[in-house]
Order: sequence, then structure tokens, then C-alpha cells
Amino acid sequence: MNGRRISYFEASARMRLSGLVDAGSFSEFCPPEMRLTSPHLARLDAPLAFDDGVVVGRAAVAGHKVLIAAQEGRFNGGSVGEVHGAKIRGLLDKALLERPEAVLLLVDSGGVRLHEANAGLIAISEIMRAVLRVQAAGIPVFAFVGGSCGAFGGMGIVTRMCAEVVMSEQGRLGLSGPEVIETVKGVEEFDSRDRALVWRVNGGKLRRALGDATRLVDDLIPAFRTAAADLIARYQLQPFAPASLDTLLDAQAKLAGRSARFATARDGREIWQATFADPSRVPELTVDEFNLQLGEAA
Amino acid sequence: MNGQAVFDRLFGAGGHNVVSDGLFLHGSAKVGANSVSVIGTIEHAAIDGLLALRIADAILQVVRADAAAGTPPRPIIFIADTQGQALSRHEELLGLNGYFAHVARCTDLARRHGHRLLTLINGEAVSGGFLAYGLMADRICALPDAQVRVMDLRAMSRVTKIDLKRLEELAGISPVFAPGAENYWRMGGIHEIWSVDDNWPERLAAALSCASDTDDRAAIGLQRDGRQLAAPTAQLVRDA
Repeated sequence: MNGRRISYFEASARMRLSGLVDAGSFSEFCPPEMRLTSPHLARLDAPLAFDDGVVVGRAAVAGHKVLIAAQEGRFNGGSVGEVHGAKIRGLLDKALLERPEAVLLLVDSGGVRLHEANAGLIAISEIMRAVLRVQAAGIPVFAFVGGSCGAFGGMGIVTRMCAEVVMSEQGRLGLSGPEVIETVKGVEEFDSRDRALVWRVNGGKLRRALGDATRLVDDLIPAFRTAAADLIARYQLQPFAPASLDTLLDAQAKLAGRSARFATARDGREIWQATFADPSRVPELTVDEFNLQLGEAA
Repeated sequence: MNGQAVFDRLFGAGGHNVVSDGLFLHGSAKVGANSVSVIGTIEHAAIDGLLALRIADAILQVVRADAAAGTPPRPIIFIADTQGQALSRHEELLGLNGYFAHVARCTDLARRHGHRLLTLINGEAVSGGFLAYGLMADRICALPDAQVRVMDLRAMSRVTKIDLKRLEELAGISPVFAPGAENYWRMGGIHEIWSVDDNWPERLAAALSCASDTDDRAAIGLQRDGRQLAAPTAQLVRDA
């Protein structure tokens, strides 16, 4: 597929996936013809999807073998139910057998699927443990976040366990979504309809400035593809090393430093002020300008 | 049962030095002749970034101390009592999901260093707060009256727009979405539910001795007829 002008945000999971990998290289595991649907949604008379909202398979990116999963945000918010979660977990287990160059997770999910909440919560914990096993075996997992549902709930945790997190400015990453916080804590705490505020709290630029995202790319499928190919090439030169005591002590110190430095912060503007020479211009910076200035700031 | 009474019963009065500091709980204890480390939260804590960092730090210090001393890695007993993640714009801005991911990575480091990880749910285990460390253990046990859930049915009805009556009906026949430790047990998410009459020190020693570092929960959920599709679906993908 020619993904040149296709917005990653607006594309379906299958469009993103086929635009990210080498043409003709994708083979799907448990394709829709197998009709692995959710019996729990069926019992509630809720709509079904023949792939339960996630595509998993094997492919190549710039000639390198990968295993890949893509969540469909348009189906139940990309939520993780029993079957959906088991497909991702099975893919990660398979990575231990096949040892691909990397596992790519195209995350587009609000987290646990409430219609099957218990199964979804356990499934996400199984995905978390599987990501840790895969990375302990020296295979990096990359998360890509640029879809309409972002990466929230348990999938927000999974995303941050990955070796690399590639985001677009439109992508959103967090734990509790703005709507949830507004519902429970009130609109004064978080106005979920204030789009600019949401992006200053959860958006790609904020996440990149804090280091939670490791790459910020344009909202175009080829930009995500280039990032994936670059990262795979980089890990070939410098193989992925599983987290050690020293790396986690270092991560601990960095997070403690963030909590101390931004002890009362509630708006991304406070992060911009601490990071950029001209904080007021950050929202309008192009991705290239933003990355350049962030490099200078660091 | 309040904190100290639970620990006296688990380890014997005087058999532990588990203390709380705010909502954080930590100390060491003996199970039989063996030392264990105890880390957790109390009072249905809403877990925020700072509390997550205290849990992570405690795990890292146990790993570091045993590695430095060259002693056998001590089992770590997590005491889970959480209403879930803290809900605030500040926590989201700082990236609470990343703090939780860090805790999860610390549990994995401990596992890889040979520490057995066991969770005791004492009170509530809810959603993200349960995911961060409680659900990362090798073996997960619920003490009597433990409440385990993602969301209560009333809130679930609001979000899914499915009639509450309908959800309540289905909750009676399906373990898949209704709150309750029993449902999590059927689905393999909880290995054991303890009763008030059990001998807790014996159960604790037995649970530690059968904790394994393989994630067997999908297979258990299938055996117990609570999750019929998780294990076979993952297998289909592995075999594809």
C-alpha cells in the first residue's frame, strides 16, 4: 500500500499495519476467517469483530523479521478482552520461539474491555509479564501510539514497559483517561473537552519532552514506518540489553527526580517552561522543530 | 482484619517487624526458618507516583541487599490493598502509567534474580493499582473478604450503557465481569482463596513452595472453567 499521505490517526489498524511493513510480507495469525470472536460480547448482544479488535502476525520491516500486533480503536475502543488479550499474549510467547528482530505493538486502546472486565484485567497482566519475558530474552518490544484511542489503562502501562515508544503529536498516552478523571473528580480537576489541555497532559509532545516517548514523528504512516526501520537498525548495531539492577536504580532516580521537580505541576505548560527557551511557541512547532529544540535543550 | 492483626496471624506475634508509614507498608518476617521481605499498601490506598516509587525502591533494595550479601534471594510478599490508581491531572501529567510500568519491571528483575513473589490481597485489589505489582506475582492469594474488581456494576452500566438489571442477572452466571475474588479464582487470576479457619502460616509456606516463575494463569482459568478461550487462543497464535 502507498501510505504516503495517509494519516496514521485516521487509518484503520489494518491500514497502519500494512503501511508499516514491507509490501506483501505480512502473514496473519488467526485471521478473521477463523472468527475468533468474543463470547462475552455476544452474551450482551454487543457487536462482534471477527478478529476481536486486534490483528497479529509476522512481517518484515526493511527486510527485518518482526512480529506485529495492531489494535483497532474503532472496535470497542481497542479494548482488551479475553480473546483480544490472548492473541497479543500468544504473539509475545511466539517471539520467544521465533526470535524476531523486534515485536511491534501498534497500540490503540483505552485498556480493559468492561464487558469482560475480569478477563481483560488478567489478560493485560499476562501481556505485561509476556513483554517482560520477551525483553528479558533480549528481544526489544516497540510501542507505536498515534491512534484515536491513544494508549490508556493497562495498555498505557504496557506501552511504557516497551524498549521504545514512538508517538505522533496526536497520540495520547496515560493511565486514567481525561473522561474518567472528569467523571470521578469533577470538571475542575480535568476538563476532558478542552482538547488543548488534554494534549498538554497526555499528548505526544508532552510525552516526548518528559522522555516517556522516545521518538516523536509526524502523523503519517510512512513516518511511523521510518521510525520502526531506524530503531530495528539501531538495535542491530547495539543489541537490546534487558533491564539490570543498575538500569532500574537509574530509572528510579530519574522518576523520583521528575516527581520532585514537578511536584505541583498540573499542566504541560509547566514542563515546556522548564524545557524550552520559548515555551509559548511549543504547541505550534513542527515535529522537526520540536525535536531539534528538544535536542538543544538536552 | 487490621494490619498488625493480619501480620501477627501470618507470622506469629514477634515473628515480624512489618510496619506502615503512611499508606506504605514494609518489613521482614520469617516463614518457617526462612526470611521473607514484606512490601505493600494499606487502607485501600489510591496508588500515586510517590507510592509506586516507594514500592519499586523497596523491591530494588531487597534485590540489591541479597545480591551484595550473596545470600539466597528472599521471597517477597506483596500485600495488596488498593482502590486503584490515583486519579488526578497531576499524576497523569507526570505519567503515572510509566511509574507503574517501572514497578512492574522491578518485580520482573526480582523474579529473574531468583526471588519468589507472592501476593496476599488484604482488603481491596482494584484495576491499575492491582496491575502494578499484585498481579505481577508468581502466586496470588486472597485473604478472607478480599474485594477484587475493575469497576463496580453500577459504574460499568453507565459506561457500557447496558442496563444494570441485565448486568446483575448475568453476573450471577458469568464470572467474566462481576466483581469478586471468587470470579478471579475461577478465571485463574487468583490461585488461592484463604478462609478465616485456615492455618495461615501453613498456607503461606505451602503457597511459597509451589510458586513458580511461569505464568500459568490462563491454563488454570481453563481448568477451573472460568476462562475457556485465553489459553487455547494464545496456543493457536503460538502454533500458527
